[in-house]
Amino acid sequence: MPEQTHNIIIVGSGPAGYTAALYAARANLSPLLIEGTDFGGALMTTTEVENFPGFPDGITGPDLMDAMRKQAEHFGTQLLPADVSKVSLGTTSGDIKTVWVDQTAYRSRAVIVATGSAWRRLGVPGESEYLGRGVSSCATCDGFFYRDQAIVVVGGGDSAMEEATFLTRFASSVTIIHRRGEFRASRIMQQRALENPKITVQWNSEVTEIVGDDGKVNGVRLLNLRSGLSQLLPVTGVFVAIGHIPRTELVAEQLTLDDSGYVLTRSPGSHTNIPGVFAAGDVVDHTYQQAITAAGSGCMAALDAERYLAATAGPHVDLPKE
Amino acid sequence: MATAHGSVTATEQTWESEILGSNVPVLVDFWAEWCGPCRKVAPVLEELAGERSETAKIAKLNIEEHPTIAARYSILSIPTLLLIKDGEVIDQVVGAQPKPVIAAMLDKAGAVRYSPQ
Repeated sequence: MPEQTHNIIIVGSGPAGYTAALYAARANLSPLLIEGTDFGGALMTTTEVENFPGFPDGITGPDLMDAMRKQAEHFGTQLLPADVSKVSLGTTSGDIKTVWVDQTAYRSRAVIVATGSAWRRLGVPGESEYLGRGVSSCATCDGFFYRDQAIVVVGGGDSAMEEATFLTRFASSVTIIHRRGEFRASRIMQQRALENPKITVQWNSEVTEIVGDDGKVNGVRLLNLRSGLSQLLPVTGVFVAIGHIPRTELVAEQLTLDDSGYVLTRSPGSHTNIPGVFAAGDVVDHTYQQAITAAGSGCMAALDAERYLAATAGPHVDLPKE
Repeated sequence: MATAHGSVTATEQTWESEILGSNVPVLVDFWAEWCGPCRKVAPVLEELAGERSETAKIAKLNIEEHPTIAARYSILSIPTLLLIKDGEVIDQVVGAQPKPVIAAMLDKAGAVRYSPQ
C-alpha cells in the first residue's frame, strides 16, 4: 500500500472544517477532510439560518452545509465520510502526524482539528430511557410528531428560542424551562419567542426528571430554584437545547485544553500546543459559537497551517506521485 | 418500486406485502424531507442497499406522506430505523447512525453480505 503523506488533514465537517478545506485546497495543498459519518455539524439540525451574511432570504442549515461541502470539493478537497478513531499528533515541529480511521492510517504534515461540539444532555432520570420516545435534541426533525400537544423546550440560548418558536407551528403550547431569571439568547430571538402567544416561560426552574408511561413521555418534574417547590408538568415532548460540549475526546490526551475543556489556541491564531496542529470552530470557542465565527476560524487555521508548511518544508517534501 | 440495487419506497398501501410479507429482513428508514440528519443517513442506506441486495431490503417511509404507519410504530423521532423480520420489529435505532452500526443491525438479522467486494 503506497504511503502517501498529505499536506493537511482536516478532521471535522462543520463550517470550520469546510472553510479550512476550501482555503487549503485553493492554496494547492490538496487537503484530506475526514468528515465523520455524521457530516455537516450542528447546523444540520437547524432550520433557517438568518445570520450568515450573503443570504438575505435566509438559508436552511443543511443547504448551507451542502453548499460549503461542494465548494470545498470543487477546489480539490478529498472528502472521506468516515469516523476518525485515533490520532497521533507528534510533539515537535516537522513531525509527521497520523490519523486513523479504524485500521487505516493517514499521514500528514499538518492537522486541523475542527471536531465541533456535541449536544449537551440534561443528565436527569428518564432522559436516556425516553430518547426518541418523547425526548428530542432536534426540533426540526421531530416537531411534526407533536401536533396539538403540549411540550417543553429546556434552555435559554438562541437555539432554545429558535426551537420553541419553530415548535409552535405544531404544538398546542410550548413551555420554555430556564434555570435563570433571564435568557442569554439574542434580543431578536427572545422577542420572537416571548411575543408568541403559544409560548410561556417557567423561569428559575430546572427539570429534575422525565417521566412516562407505556414507553412514552407524559410529563416533566420541575424544581423551582427560588421557591424550592416541585411540580409535575404534563407534556408529551421534551426538547433539550441547553448548549453543546466540545468534542475533544480524540485529542484530549495530546492537546492542551482550557479550563472549560475546549482546545486551547494561541491568541490571535489557531495554533495549539503542538507545532503543525491547529484547531478551529466550536471545539475552541466557548464564547461566540456561530456559523460565521466557526467559518472564520477555519480560514485562520488553514492560513496558519499553510505558513507552517512553508516554514517547515525541507528537501524531503514529496510531490504527489502518479 | 425498487431501483436497481437501491432502496425501495415503502407506502401505506404496500406495507403489508412489501415490508411485513418480505422474505428477507427489511430495514425501514422513517424520514422526511425537512430532516437534516435524515439527509446524512440517506447515502449510507443507499450504499447498504447495494451491498446487501441479496440478503436484505432497505426501505424508506416518508412519515409526512404516511403518518399512520409512523404512528402505528410509535415513531416520535426521525430518522428512526426499524429492522423488520418476518413481520416483526427485531431492532430499532434513533438518529443518524454511522454505517458500522447499521451494518451490524443487518448482520444480526442474518443479512450478512457474502459477495466479496
